[in-house]
Amino acid sequence: MLGLLALIPAFPLLGFAILFVTAGLLPKRWITTIGVGSVGIATLLALIVMATFLNSPVPYTEIVWTWIAVSGLTPHIGFYVDALSGLMMLVVAFVSFLIHLYSAEFMSADEGYSRYFAYMNLFVASMLMLVLADNLLFLYLGWEGVGLCSYLLIGFWYRDPANGLAARKAFIVTRVGDTAMAIGLFVLFTNLGTLDIQPLMQQAVAHWPVGSALPIAAAALLLGGALGKSAQLPLQTWLPDAMAGPTPVSALIHAATMVTAGVYLIARTHVLYDLAPPVHTAVAVIGALTLLLAGFSALNQSDLKRILAYSTISQIGYMFLALGVGAWSAAIFHFMTHAFFKALLFLSAGVVVQRLGEEHDIFKMGGLRQRLPLAFWSFLIGSISLAALPLIDAGFYSKDLILWEAWSDGALGPWLWAAGLIGALLTAIYIFRAVFVVFFGPLQLEPTGLTGWRIAIPLVVLSILALVAGFVEIPPYLGNVPAFSRLMQSALPAPPAPVSAGSSLELMLSAIAALIAILGVGIAYIAFRRRPAFLEAMVQSPASLALQYFWETDWGFDRLYDRTLVRPFLWFARIDQGDFIDRFYSGLASLSRAAYRQLSESETGRVRRYAAGVTAGSIVLIAILVFA
Amino acid sequence: MTIAFYIAAAVAVIATALVIINLNVVHALLCLVISFLAVAIVFYVLGAPFAAALEVIVYAGAIMVLFVFVLIMLNTGGAAIQQERHWLTPWIWVGPIGLSAVLLGEFVYLLWRAPVAAASGVLVQPRQVGALLFGPYLLAVELASMLLLAGLIGAYHLGRTDRRAADERGRMER
Amino acid sequence: MQHALLLAMVLFALGTIGVLMRRNLIVMLMSVEIMLNAAGLAFIAAGSRWGQADGQVMFILILALAAAEVAVGLALILRLYQRLGTLDADAADQMRG
Repeated sequence: MLGLLALIPAFPLLGFAILFVTAGLLPKRWITTIGVGSVGIATLLALIVMATFLNSPVPYTEIVWTWIAVSGLTPHIGFYVDALSGLMMLVVAFVSFLIHLYSAEFMSADEGYSRYFAYMNLFVASMLMLVLADNLLFLYLGWEGVGLCSYLLIGFWYRDPANGLAARKAFIVTRVGDTAMAIGLFVLFTNLGTLDIQPLMQQAVAHWPVGSALPIAAAALLLGGALGKSAQLPLQTWLPDAMAGPTPVSALIHAATMVTAGVYLIARTHVLYDLAPPVHTAVAVIGALTLLLAGFSALNQSDLKRILAYSTISQIGYMFLALGVGAWSAAIFHFMTHAFFKALLFLSAGVVVQRLGEEHDIFKMGGLRQRLPLAFWSFLIGSISLAALPLIDAGFYSKDLILWEAWSDGALGPWLWAAGLIGALLTAIYIFRAVFVVFFGPLQLEPTGLTGWRIAIPLVVLSILALVAGFVEIPPYLGNVPAFSRLMQSALPAPPAPVSAGSSLELMLSAIAALIAILGVGIAYIAFRRRPAFLEAMVQSPASLALQYFWETDWGFDRLYDRTLVRPFLWFARIDQGDFIDRFYSGLASLSRAAYRQLSESETGRVRRYAAGVTAGSIVLIAILVFA
Repeated sequence: MTIAFYIAAAVAVIATALVIINLNVVHALLCLVISFLAVAIVFYVLGAPFAAALEVIVYAGAIMVLFVFVLIMLNTGGAAIQQERHWLTPWIWVGPIGLSAVLLGEFVYLLWRAPVAAASGVLVQPRQVGALLFGPYLLAVELASMLLLAGLIGAYHLGRTDRRAADERGRMER
Repeated sequence: MQHALLLAMVLFALGTIGVLMRRNLIVMLMSVEIMLNAAGLAFIAAGSRWGQADGQVMFILILALAAAEVAVGLALILRLYQRLGTLDADAADQMRG
């Protein structure tokens, strides 16, 4: 049964091929069947493979063929399933399937229907290849594939040039990361001689001492790649603008799957990070800084999808924080719960936006609680899970685990824990701000249209998962169900034992976190439902407005990059318009052209002149013969 | 005998100079004939009577007559002389004379460098020439005859006036 | 014999001047004939120096060559005259540039 592994990415790839070749000529039902069905089959196969794997949890490799065979570099098209990649594969496939089903109705009126499903299928195929790859080059292939599909799908409505700009921004920023990753692959290959992941990890442990320059370089470069793809500091500027794409795209690519590729990469190559402690700490610090930065930025957004985008950046910061303190399985646990509730949030936001006629501004919405009940309850459940309100939702268990592991991480631990805590407060505030502004209050815009079963079923399924998915990993003071970490232990090492082990400390920290979350909800309620006068005055003061503007524009990062990188480049391109560097070569060409013109003057067409030339030539010839 | 040689040489040079200077083409032609006749005398003095005879018969007799025929066909009148005067500006000589002078100088230098023996003064009979022509130079004779054939065909084909072209010119002149 | 060769060279130089200087096509062809004749004279002089008939044989071949060349050349001049309406050598400059 495990032999079905290679077929899992094959079906979406086949779906892409068919839809790409037929280019919109097929009838709509066929497109839907192929597009959604291919991912459905992949999900089914993933379930079968995962079930077989859970029966006997031994890592399994399947090599389909040798891709390149050149002087020591022999990457294969090979698939590797263990607990880590199996779980990621299952989550990716399942969430993709739900989102494809949702898209069948959401995008049904769009003229690029076939193109949409073609790109989405290619994306799912690339993501599955990325997750299941047994060597880093094949992983890089999937990495680039998802980057390409991200570009194609962000700029899906290409007739508006702003969408093209956003797509290009995404591609270029992630490219910076991809280049770093490629250099990292070069470093790994030239020093360790292979790119197959499992042998690579063994070689690294055998040859590289802890803390030496090479693992630090390799780990830092791979981290660069992860930062680009997962939109962390300093490469986070592309994700908010990527919301220009259709909402299911944002749900799938920029919430649940592609942006977590960086997390997967670091988890996969965790051996390198164990060998490079400075980089490992850097991962945690970057994660903490990013989650705070994005949290503040999300507070002041008025576009519903941008709030969710910053929320994604922030939550991935949590995952990086977990990776950075050595809590590998906690990061993956948070990835799983995040996939469910973030996709849920995006999909329900999509329903709201579409039913209000593509209105994105939350301050133009209001009171949609009764009009859009399905969207309201879905969004609410997603918000509860995101804010990690105690006990009832999946987000609580995963975020709690991360905070506990962060606290236990040596000297830096309490600072990281504090950052995570403040982040949790901000999360609760901004997401419930969205809830209260959009769904409560007076009705401003009337929603139109209907929501069919193809949208309803994914929302319901994801809502259920967002509530119960956390119960696979319950901490000791609440019931002690370590099913998830036991599963992950076969692939990822357990985090180092906490310094002050004791469930009472853990319970206290957990209680503080829970209180903070509820406090955040309360603040949001007061600020945006009751709207007391003193708060209004404080918000409108000039210092406050300046701060709000600063946060809204992503802490000025866009402006910084514009000033330091984009403007000099454009200036240079402008002065190079005359191609002054090429002037030497074009000078040669014009020189030869001038010579040609001069020489052609000598062709007068007159016989006598030619005869004179012959005479002169013969004189010279005789002179040479005579005198030399 | 040498006196005859020098007189004939002087006549040849003067006649040739007249050819290239003369404004009237027919006069130039006649001067050329005189030049060829003088050269024939030079041949005879050098002991090549057969060559002298051939020079007079073929060169002066046939080729120059061909020129005369063509001149008659072209029917250029007095206007031609005016044209020639117009073309022969004083300064036109400088380049050609310069180039030729350099060429002549090189030839003379060659002549001066290598010591050349005097003429043997032997009279070469036509019989000897014929023997050579039918002997070692047989192939050359055949090739020369083919060359003459080619010249014949070429001249015949080129000499045919195109009826259309002739009609057009007639129409344009009208 | 030196002087015969000298005479040949002078005639050749004069023929060159004629070709380069005159614009009338017929005169140019006549100058070419002068040059050919000078070459023949050089051959005869050389043959006379050795007392052999080879010089005269060469001269006969040159004669044949000159005859063929004059025939074709004059036919070409006739055609040129038809086409251009003049005997000016410089009028045939359509190959300029």
